[in-house]
This record gives sequence, C-alpha cells and structure tokens, in this order.
Amino acid sequence: MAERVQPISLSNLGGAAVVALLLVLTLGTLGAVAWRAEELSALTKNDWSAVRFTLWQAAVSAVLSAVCAIPVARALARRQFRGRALLLTVLGAPFILPVVVAVLGLLAVYGRSGIISETLNWAGLEPISIYGWHGVILAHVFFNLPLATRLILQGWLAIPAERFRLAQSLGFTSRDMARHLEWPMLREVLPGVVMVIFLICTTSFAVALALGGGPKATTIELAIYQAFRFDFDLSKAALLGLVQFVICVGLALASFAISVPSGQGAGLDRVVYRNDGSRVLDGIAIGVVALFLITPLAMIVAKGLPGLPELSVNILSAAWRSVWVAVLSAGLTVVMALSLALLSLKWGRGVEAVGYLSVAASPLVIGTGLFILTYRWVDPVLLALPVTVVVNAAMSLPFTLRAVSPALRQVEADYGRLAASLGLTGWARLRIVVLPRLRRPLGFGAGLAAALSMGDLGVITLFADPNHATLPLALYNLMTAYRMQEAFAAALVLLALSLALFWLFDRGGRVNADL
Amino acid sequence: MLTFENVEIVQGDFALKAALSVPAGAKVSVIGPSGAGKSTLLSALAGFVPITAGRILWQGRDISNVVPAERPLAMVFQDSNLFPHLTVAQNVGLGLKPSLKLSARETDRVRDALARVGLSGMGARKPAALSGGQQSRVALARVLLRDKPIMVLDEPFAALGPALRAEMLALMDEIARERGLTVLMVTHDPKDARQLDGSTTLVADGIAHAPVPTGPFLDAPPDVLRDYLGG
Repeated sequence: MAERVQPISLSNLGGAAVVALLLVLTLGTLGAVAWRAEELSALTKNDWSAVRFTLWQAAVSAVLSAVCAIPVARALARRQFRGRALLLTVLGAPFILPVVVAVLGLLAVYGRSGIISETLNWAGLEPISIYGWHGVILAHVFFNLPLATRLILQGWLAIPAERFRLAQSLGFTSRDMARHLEWPMLREVLPGVVMVIFLICTTSFAVALALGGGPKATTIELAIYQAFRFDFDLSKAALLGLVQFVICVGLALASFAISVPSGQGAGLDRVVYRNDGSRVLDGIAIGVVALFLITPLAMIVAKGLPGLPELSVNILSAAWRSVWVAVLSAGLTVVMALSLALLSLKWGRGVEAVGYLSVAASPLVIGTGLFILTYRWVDPVLLALPVTVVVNAAMSLPFTLRAVSPALRQVEADYGRLAASLGLTGWARLRIVVLPRLRRPLGFGAGLAAALSMGDLGVITLFADPNHATLPLALYNLMTAYRMQEAFAAALVLLALSLALFWLFDRGGRVNADL
Repeated sequence: MLTFENVEIVQGDFALKAALSVPAGAKVSVIGPSGAGKSTLLSALAGFVPITAGRILWQGRDISNVVPAERPLAMVFQDSNLFPHLTVAQNVGLGLKPSLKLSARETDRVRDALARVGLSGMGARKPAALSGGQQSRVALARVLLRDKPIMVLDEPFAALGPALRAEMLALMDEIARERGLTVLMVTHDPKDARQLDGSTTLVADGIAHAPVPTGPFLDAPPDVLRDYLGG
C-alpha cells in the first residue's frame, strides 16, 4: 500500500552521518590504501596462491561442515533426549566464541602436546600436527558445523509433522522418508548453508594467523596483514584488499540468487516423533559432535582454572581494556544499526545495504586505511583502541542490523498509524515508541556486538603494542611465546567475559519487556 | 460539515470515488463488502492514504494535506490501540501530550477521563492486565482527551463478543452525544449500524455513496449489500 511514511526527522542527519562513516570505512579506506601505494606492485605467484588457498579452504570447510551436519541435524530432528536443549544452546555458542580461545582449545586436543598426540606417543606412534591447511579447515569446521547443523535442523523442522505421520501410516522405511521428504528439503537448504559458510571462511583471519601461514596455508586476509606489517607494502595490501572485496561482493550477489537461510527462524525445540532410523547411529552422530565441540572448551576450563590466580597484571589490564572496547563498540553498533534502520524506512532498503558492506570489507584494510589517513596528525599507537572500537562496530553491524531492522519495520506496521495520529514524532516517538518496542532486538544486537568485539583478533594486530593490547592479542602473544599455562588461564578469562557480556546485554533487553 | 469533494483514491488496481457530505454532529456507519474500500476511505480522511484527486474539507477548511495528528479527528483502530509497554495512564496521557511530560493539572484530566469510562484506579496497570473491554475503554478515554470534533472508528471492538461490543458502542455513543462529536464508524455488522442509528454510507463498486438514514436503508438494502449480508 502506497502510504505516506511519517518521518522521524532527527534520524535523517544521524542516519546520513552513519552512511557516510560506513562508506569511508569500507570504500574510503580501500581507496586510501590504493592511493598511498606508490607504485603498483603486481600480485606475485605467492599472492595468487593465497587467493587460491582462500577459495579452496573455504569450499572444503563449507562442504565438510554441511555434509557432517546432515546426520547430526537428522538425529536432533527425530530424537528427544536429556540435554537436547543444552546441546542446541552449545550449537549456538561458537558464533560468540573468541577465535583465539577456540584455536587454543583445538591445540589442546589436536596439537603436538594435545590429548591425541599424547595418546599416540604413549602408544609409540608419531604425534599429529595441527599447523597448516588441515588445522585451518579443522578450526573452520569447528566454528561452522554448529551453524550448519542449526540451519539444516530448521529445514527439517519446517517439514510438517503431518507428512511424517502420513509416511509412517503408509509404512515408509527410513529410505523412503529420505527420498520423498528429506532429500527434497536438503536440496533446497544445502546450497544456502554452503554459501553462508563459504562466505564466512573466505574472510577468515585469526584462524589463519594462528594455525596457517607459509605458502600453503595463507589466506588473503593473512597476506594483507603480512604485506602491511612485515613488508609495509601498501600497494600489495590495497590490491589484495580489492581482490577480497571483489570476491566477497561476487559471493554476496551469488547468495541473493540462492535463498540463504536466515538463521533466526522459529524455535528448534520441537521434535517430530518418529520410529524409523537407527537409535544407535543417531546417538553416535550426536555423541561425536558433542565431543568434537565440547572437548576443546572443556580443555580451556580444565587447563585454565589452575593458572587463574597467577594471571599477570598485564593480562588483567588487557582484559579491562577489552571490556571497555567491547562496550563502546557495542554502543556504537547499536546506534549505527538504529540510525540505518530508521533512515531506510524513509529512503528505502538501499540504505540498509550500506550496513552490510562490511561483510565484504577486510578489517585489516580498514585499519591500514585509517592509519594512512591519520598518521600525519595522530600517533598511530594512540589510535589503536579507538580504531578497534570503530572497526569492530562496523564488522558487527550486519548481524545487529539483521536483528533490529525487521523488528523496526514490524513496530512501524503495528503502531506507525497510532503514533502518527497522536502526533508522536522525533525524539518523543523514539523515546516512547521505538526504543521500548525494540528492547529485545537491541539487547540481543548489543550482546552480539559486545561478544564479537571482545573476542576479536583482527585490526588490533596491526598495532601490536603490548601497552595497548586487547585480551585476544595478549592471549595470542602468550601462545606464540609458548607460555601455555598463562595462555589457558587468559583464554578462560576471555571466554567468560565474552559470554558474560553477551548474556548481560541480551538479558537487559528481556527483563521486564512487556510484549 | 465534513465534505469529500470529488475525492479519488487510486492504489494500483484499486480506485475509490467519494463525493459526499456529513453534517457536523452526525453519526455515520460505513458499510459494504470486504475489500470495497471502507477502511481506505477512513484512512484517507485520517491522512494515512494520499488522495489522488479532490479535496477533503472540515467546516470549509481544506484538510487534504494536513498531517494526521493535526487533522480534526481522533481515531480508534481495529487493534493495536494501546502501546503494551506503557501504563494505562500513559496511553491515555499521549492524547494530551506526545512527550508525556504532563503537568499536575493534565494528570488530573487523565484521571478524570479514566473515571468517565469506568476505569478509576486502573491507571497504573499495563494493557496486558486489562480485559478486552477495558482496553477499548482506555482507547475511548484517550479520544476524550484528544478533544477533536470528529471520532473515526475502524471496525472498533471487533475482538469483543456481541454483548460487550454493544456495551462499548453505547459508551461511545454517550461520549459522542456529550461532546457533540461527529462519528464515522466502519463496521461489517448491520447490528452495529442499527445500534448507532444515524445514517449509513454504502461503499461498493469503487464508490462511497452519500449517507442515507440507516433504518430504512437496512430494511431494503441494495443487491450488492444483500449479497454481502446474506439473506
């Protein structure tokens, strides 16, 4: 219906400022890096192999995650058991799990002195190594198998229960159900799942930094980092940033063609009662995945606890720094998301697309660009934390925007006319209608942004000054210095802080929220 | 006098023409088949839907381009009349000041309005703690404070049972009488129209007809309405 939108005028200015900031951050910094590059250095053989490796590992990680998720999702769809709800929560956790923490947990299991290698040693066999391409893929599967499982499980639960009942009354075997009900659903859902994970793995930095490296396991992001930090080759950093941008935009356009699942669908707590399939095989699928996900985290807790009392002042002050970076960044994310969502009510959804640009941008290029734009006037070291706040906010924005924008549209649909007929405009509308109605998505969005920022090991690595380190960077430095006991304790602190921040914000949005 | 002067509303394939007048103080039921444009007519009057031709006049003043809140009318919607996160008193207070920064005198007026609709002492509650009928009363209390000469109701009280709906209509009628309000009410139930008495506007086949006295009209409805009402 062609309706006159009742404007919230103050949002025009704020929204336009946010759009400008985001364009400068994503496209402007890329331009700055390219402009500063004195001579155009062509991409070398090594750079191209980084591009190839990026795409290859992303493809392998995506397919592997999706394929392994199928039996797990099926088991979860048809089995009710104690701890199912807990397992579903655990499956949602990797999203806000700091990458360095997960990497350390994986090292404790699969590393040279991890449980598996120790066992092999004891049996007189060679230990395994986690460093290299297989480590990168292992970590990516660790992060994305849960996501894939949740998305596929949604597909499973979207099949009406009546169809399974009908199938049972017709005497379908497991195979018949798979052919007539489940395979058609998977054919629809799987391309989107693979696409999402492919996109996530393409921009992977921290995993590649910690586990990859060398000619055979360097991603584009890692190559940008090395070009900037080791060679100070800005031209190369810019070129690689451009390549990454083009790949991501291409992937994003491709994912418009494939219907990508939303991941924020309805509840997953329903189980369709079925008597087909093997309980034993389902049990094994669930058990293996639970073990795969929980063991590394359990190792962090077990190995981190004893070291807690001996944590150095350095680590504690890094933790404090990280907390306020995360809180500021979450605040900025929420302000940006709300401004963009309000502006897009008036100027159309194109405005919102600006908020998603950071999906394609490299945080390292943004950081490098900001460095180039400002180093003449401001000491880069002073900028380390402010830049981290801003970049983290921009990187979290797509997720927060996806929580806030549909909710705002709903509020407008439900109460827009009432508010307009009462003359609620401007600040009063924001204060009396919009903010209270959006408490839940805003709290959730702020929680995500705070946790993502808390655990982020990205742009801060460019300014690796120990006196301005965030906790993830301090933790990474401990790991590279092989100070493992302290590393585990720091990881435990980081894990606890990330989860706590998410919980606090998300909770804040729910308490006393009248719906 | 409220006048639709050769008004046309076009939305894609949908088109509605209205050329009619409603005397001040009249009570008009708007009735017609689903999708004919009853709600659209009132939405245009309220300023939510732009008119593509003609003018809407109140007491000779053109209000076609006035923003919704400044038009001389107060609305009661079909649902979502109350903000669930605000208290009853706050919901009513919005009728006085959108900023909700009320003076002591204004707070008294809110309390009086609540008393008038039979909700004394319920000001601190949230809408969820009220019954459907009580929620409708809150909406009427707000109309009182809006202090506008026209009351526009879009299928009001639709969620209520027949007895409660009749009770609400009676209260609405009382308030309109006390204040000398002009009433326009969309309804799909001829019983509501008969209870409101007054006149009825038929909206059908893309035309909003001039209002005619309700009783005789419903006793011998035109074919298009008879098909809709059934029998």
